[in-house]
Amino acid sequence: MSGVAGQKARLTWAVHLTVAALVVLWLVPTVGLLVSSFRDRDQISATGWWRAPFAVEQAYRTQAPASDAAAAKGGFVIAGNVFETEDMARAFPDGAGRVTGFGITGRAPGAFAPGEVAEMRRGGTLSVAEDGTFRVQASEDLGRRDPRIYVIAASPPRLTLGNYETVLGADKMALAFINTLTVTIPATVIPILIAAFAAYALAWMEFPGRGLLIAAVVGLLVVPLQLALVPLLSLHYRVGIGQSFLGIWLAHTGFGLPLAVYLLRNYMAGLPRDIIECAKVDGATDFQIFTRIVLPLSFPALASFAIFQFLWVWNDLLVAKVFLPSTDEAKVMTVKIVDDLLGSRGGDWGILAAAAFVSMAVPLVVFFTLQRYLVRGLLAGSVK
Amino acid sequence: MSPMLQGLFTILIGVGACVGYFYLSNLLLDRVLFPPRGADPGRNISRANAVRPWLFLFPAMGALGLYLVYPVVGSFWRSLFNRSGEEFIGLGNYAALAGDEAFRTAVLNNLLWVLVVPAAATFVGLVAAQLTDRLSWGNVAKSLIFLPMAISFVGASLIWKFVYTNDADIGLINAIRAMLGAGGPVDVLQIPFWNNFFLMVVLIWIQTGFAMVILSAALRGIPEETVEAAILDGANPFQIFFRIKVPQIMGTIVVVWTTITVLVLKVFDIVYTMTGGNFGTQILPSYMMSFMFRDDGRATAVAFVIMLIVLPVMVWNIRQVRKEMQ
Repeated sequence: MSGVAGQKARLTWAVHLTVAALVVLWLVPTVGLLVSSFRDRDQISATGWWRAPFAVEQAYRTQAPASDAAAAKGGFVIAGNVFETEDMARAFPDGAGRVTGFGITGRAPGAFAPGEVAEMRRGGTLSVAEDGTFRVQASEDLGRRDPRIYVIAASPPRLTLGNYETVLGADKMALAFINTLTVTIPATVIPILIAAFAAYALAWMEFPGRGLLIAAVVGLLVVPLQLALVPLLSLHYRVGIGQSFLGIWLAHTGFGLPLAVYLLRNYMAGLPRDIIECAKVDGATDFQIFTRIVLPLSFPALASFAIFQFLWVWNDLLVAKVFLPSTDEAKVMTVKIVDDLLGSRGGDWGILAAAAFVSMAVPLVVFFTLQRYLVRGLLAGSVK
Repeated sequence: MSPMLQGLFTILIGVGACVGYFYLSNLLLDRVLFPPRGADPGRNISRANAVRPWLFLFPAMGALGLYLVYPVVGSFWRSLFNRSGEEFIGLGNYAALAGDEAFRTAVLNNLLWVLVVPAAATFVGLVAAQLTDRLSWGNVAKSLIFLPMAISFVGASLIWKFVYTNDADIGLINAIRAMLGAGGPVDVLQIPFWNNFFLMVVLIWIQTGFAMVILSAALRGIPEETVEAAILDGANPFQIFFRIKVPQIMGTIVVVWTTITVLVLKVFDIVYTMTGGNFGTQILPSYMMSFMFRDDGRATAVAFVIMLIVLPVMVWNIRQVRKEMQ
């Protein structure tokens, strides 16, 4: 369609820019969280993620160790470097940084410019140079009280995998990851198998009530799954399944089936009639036709539904909350994030972001490698 | 046993049982019950062929019946009983719902979602489909806009919660506000009424890609002659789009619209993750969840109300399919 008459160059530029803006708008929220998942807590709360590549200015409190005091002409002197003190070593692991201001009270941590001399409240003076060397001068012995020093220093941008380590180690996200897999794989494979047989029967077998069944499947496409929660959970308890992995597989199978049967039937009904009739004439049974001919030919539709169901089950929160026990051993990632992390680490964005991306990793890989099939399946289902 | 092993083990059993059922039941039918030999092989074959569809259909129909049909009846029946399920109270739960302020908020909010989200997602999707169709990098752009489809609602909610954070040094919205010189940071999720729209943005963000993909396929299916004729008649691009193209893909637009509408009624994760239904953002599914495990009578009554709301869509769908099949 390129080069259609009536397309002005100006308009083409507008289209390019609009699409670019749209893409940026769609990506920015995700990128923000992704960047934050690699930053540490201090830096996240100090500057926005869009400034992650730049140094972060923060106020620090440290103290000059009084035990280092040396007698000098007219009193005592403590000299050292603020970046080498214990308090700041965590933020400045290599012991170097740039001081942009210092102070003697927490209220005004940057009251003095580097190099200036500040009068301390309990007597004596303090000065801090830009490279962090400080000098405390007092006329009397400071005793054991370490003079406080406040500095504003720029810490270099720091990217860390610490959040991911915390999430996977201490927060049991690794277990939740395995649980999610355990829920997702059977809940994807079983409905496909069941639906494929049913779809074949609805597409190619003659029996009374076929049209009615197809209409019923279409109707069931829109039944809200909220309806199923209470009656089925109590049914699961009555037959002894209770809240368990078996229960959630059955539930996901039931909820995924209408779409599976509908998509697969549409696809199978479109297969060429000749092939199937030839096979019948050659004496193949329906079971053989299905497994040897229809199933291999339906691969695109099967794949697209598989991706769909996989994403849907992997990303599900509601069904897992209801049909799985709420113990730590059985939590899937979505439940873990919402009920545990969001509660206990509500403000800890680095951890939350890392957890979110751990849970997104598999769907994103599946999505990008198999996107073609997914789109084809969507089209088979909704465009006539 | 480690969870991984247990998972693998159970996967094998589940899938194995499934394959086993189809294989063995067909074997049983062909070899034992109605073998195509003996006194009257023809009769046996036709008998086997009359049984086989039901053999193929049984697991699917069984699961559908149990997990989707039975709950419609079961939920309604359960909603007629009290909290513990022992005392029949008729429509008491529904009456209690009607008198509950929170329920009315939930219904109103749900209506708002149903009106705004499908419309916005379809419209933005349509525009995106049209704009990306001609670009050399259109497919890349489409993939990126489609990407949120892969993200869980929980993940998407976290992403947007981060954007909305009440801190100009963390949240993008407040940072932009600060840059424009507005006062202190605000928590947009706590602004009454408008916070609903901030939640809807999340779902629109997710669903636009879906609408775009389907509508762009429909746009490609438009015969070029109609567009060319319009160009010859001197129509400008906007006229071509709104007067020529949109009417031709109206059918697809309606399908996309309904699909998203149904999805909106099922959405629960976003509200649950972002506000927990507080600050006036309650919707029916999250309202129902607040009764789940506590008051089954009330919870099923809410579920049945959701069902009633979806009913017109269901009827429309079925009629559509029947029309196509004839």
